[in-house]
Amino acid sequence: MSGRDNDKILDEVTSSEYKYGFTSNIEQEFAPVGLDESTIRFISAKKNEPEWMLNWRLEAFKKWQQMKEPEWSNVKYPKIDYQSISYYAAPKPKEKLGSLDEVDPELLDTFNKLGIPLEEQKILAGVAVDAVIDSVSVKTTYKEKLAEAGVIFCSISEAVQNHPDLIKKYLGMVVPTNDNFFAALNSAVFSDGSFVYIPKNTRCPMELSTYFRINAQNTGQFERTLIVADEGAYVSYLEGCTAPMRDENQLHAAVVELVALGDAEIKYSTVQNWYPGDKEGKGGIYNFVTKRGICKGPNSKISWTQVETGSAVTWKYPSVLLTGDNSIGEFYSVAVTNNHQQADTGTKMIHIGKNTKSRIVSKGISAGVSQNSYRGLVRVMNRAENAKNFSQCDSLLIGDKCGAHTFPYIEIDNKTANVEHEATTSKIGEDIMFYCQQRGLDPEEATAMIVNGFSREVLDKLPMEFAVEAKKLLAISLEGSVG
Amino acid sequence: MLSIKDLHASVEGNEILKGINLEVKPGEVHAIMGPNGSGKSTLASVLAGRDDYEISQGSVQFDGIDLLELSPEERSREGLFLAFQYPVEIPGVSNTNFMKACINAKRKHHGQDPMKPHEFLKMIKEKAALVDLDPQFLHRSVNEGFSGGEKKRNEIFQMAMLEPKLGILDETDSGLDIDALKVVSNGVNALRNEKNAFVVITHYQRLLNYIVPDFVHVLYKGKIVKSGDKSLALELEEKGYDWIKEELTPAQ
Ligand SMILES: Nc1ncnc2c1ncn2[C@@H]1O[C@H](COP(=O)(O)OP(=O)(O)O)[C@@H](O)[C@H]1O
Ligand SMILES: [Mg+2]
Repeated sequence: MSGRDNDKILDEVTSSEYKYGFTSNIEQEFAPVGLDESTIRFISAKKNEPEWMLNWRLEAFKKWQQMKEPEWSNVKYPKIDYQSISYYAAPKPKEKLGSLDEVDPELLDTFNKLGIPLEEQKILAGVAVDAVIDSVSVKTTYKEKLAEAGVIFCSISEAVQNHPDLIKKYLGMVVPTNDNFFAALNSAVFSDGSFVYIPKNTRCPMELSTYFRINAQNTGQFERTLIVADEGAYVSYLEGCTAPMRDENQLHAAVVELVALGDAEIKYSTVQNWYPGDKEGKGGIYNFVTKRGICKGPNSKISWTQVETGSAVTWKYPSVLLTGDNSIGEFYSVAVTNNHQQADTGTKMIHIGKNTKSRIVSKGISAGVSQNSYRGLVRVMNRAENAKNFSQCDSLLIGDKCGAHTFPYIEIDNKTANVEHEATTSKIGEDIMFYCQQRGLDPEEATAMIVNGFSREVLDKLPMEFAVEAKKLLAISLEGSVG
Repeated sequence: MLSIKDLHASVEGNEILKGINLEVKPGEVHAIMGPNGSGKSTLASVLAGRDDYEISQGSVQFDGIDLLELSPEERSREGLFLAFQYPVEIPGVSNTNFMKACINAKRKHHGQDPMKPHEFLKMIKEKAALVDLDPQFLHRSVNEGFSGGEKKRNEIFQMAMLEPKLGILDETDSGLDIDALKVVSNGVNALRNEKNAFVVITHYQRLLNYIVPDFVHVLYKGKIVKSGDKSLALELEEKGYDWIKEELTPAQ
């Protein structure tokens, strides 16, 4: 047997444990509950923002006030009272911190418990991390090393201070402030998130990742991420998120914008594990997220990979505007819902340039009394000659009280388009279950195994370091779904 | 090790096993032969705990425990292995991962820690070699796209990995060419020792040239109608099953 075989087997069999429902006892400061202009001024002032940024927010707020919450998705939840939320929560600095690099040990401890050590020597080799807790970024690792390559990786608050030209140029380019209700809200009150800029012809020397953690109670999290890959640049970026177990629902409304210029490639992966609520459907995060990328230049590529296991309600459609000729958009998704979770997720691939290609692979797994919907739009505009799309949507049902739904929308304005859509729905059959049990796996272990196999095509797209965690996460989220 | 007493099992109201009696002791190999539809696979499934069957009568003791009280996975972890007549494909799950999960489930059941990666690696290499399984197979999805013969070899490989007390082989020989048959038989023979036992279900005598049984039983219409030593298999090969059927008729 070859050394590579040995390594592969060892990789497959090494593993570790993982849990995140805890709350950290960190002293925090909050914005007063409620939302009006003064809230926005408060947030902006906390971040010491320049006037142009404040004005941008205020304008977004005005637009939001005139918008209505969308009701077209296949999810149900009680009306959110936007006046009962605090829009800013930040760990209180114990004393004035000497430098930005000093982090409260309690916070370090929190991230250690989450398996995200922030000390550079301990961190996953080759992965730089931006750690965001509630409304602020507490630490970004490997900043200097990345700077040597000309890569900017920092919190968006810092970018507003230090790279205003880039922010002014790109913020809101892909998701305008009035794009939709939640995007407008985010634009008004966004707190923190990451900013990435990869200069021309630069391959980012390591994986970048942001870890989002909600800790505070009665707050919303509104992060904003912006990634710009200049001509010929490449970056792979991963976000992870968790939250403590709480009885009340918490709102998370993020916006992520990706810009790929000519010949650039952005690979964006998400492992979303916000608290899903308990078995009876109490508590959990409302995850209303707008993620969109633009393949602006020719031959550019944007690839979204997501593993969605958490949240009580998910509303999320990472999309790609294929503007540049020959550009490529990809969407690989595993969405698991269990108990009372609801997910309405999918993608939009908008073919604008010539010879543009898109590929959609969606794996939906529903258990308990959950509802899991795939909603996808493939649009081919009239000047998009020779556009190609392939979509594969597979649903796996566990038990007979859950639902899987597929809503593919196809709009074609150019006759040369080649669009293929395949969909399957299956149940975990008795034969496969008995086979696994005969080998010693209980139904729960067998289910986790089968689900991992079902999702493999998507999991394989994740950066190696995270694929293992994602697999475990799938198993954990399906606990109690069979028996 | 295995003691089956007057076992009756039915499916959807049809009685398929009609009073099976069988004693298997450690170190023994029992062959069960019989025409198609006589209930051989049903017996294997019932022993392994498939819940499609209703057990209306009888008992099964396995190493001192009431087998029929256990879930299928508990039976497996207690050391009962069934090599399936029709192995199932598990898309996207590598053989390695599957075996790791199964072995660790068994170890956990016996209060042992998960197997150390290097120990596992050593074992999987040894056992794959035992049935001449190309290491590439270990990374491929369980049985997915395997030929019939490869699936059967994979069953024996899994059996070797799990080191059961009792291995039940359901028509493992069917669909195998002579070379594959030898590989599979060598695998089984290498696993034989004085502590374990095998029940080999087949309707061809051919396999029994390689896996030599201590006892041969003929299952017919849900009952063991004749038992003997390995010469019975040869006799069946020569004369077919008709003489047994005839032998039975006057008695009924
Ligand atoms: N799940 C089932 N549902 C209905 N009939 C079954 C089922 N399993 C077995 N049988 C019937 O029981 C009889 C014995 O089958 P089986 O045990 O597969 O025989 P063998 O393995 O000896 O060829 C056959 O008549 C078969 O049709
Ligand atoms: Mg059979």
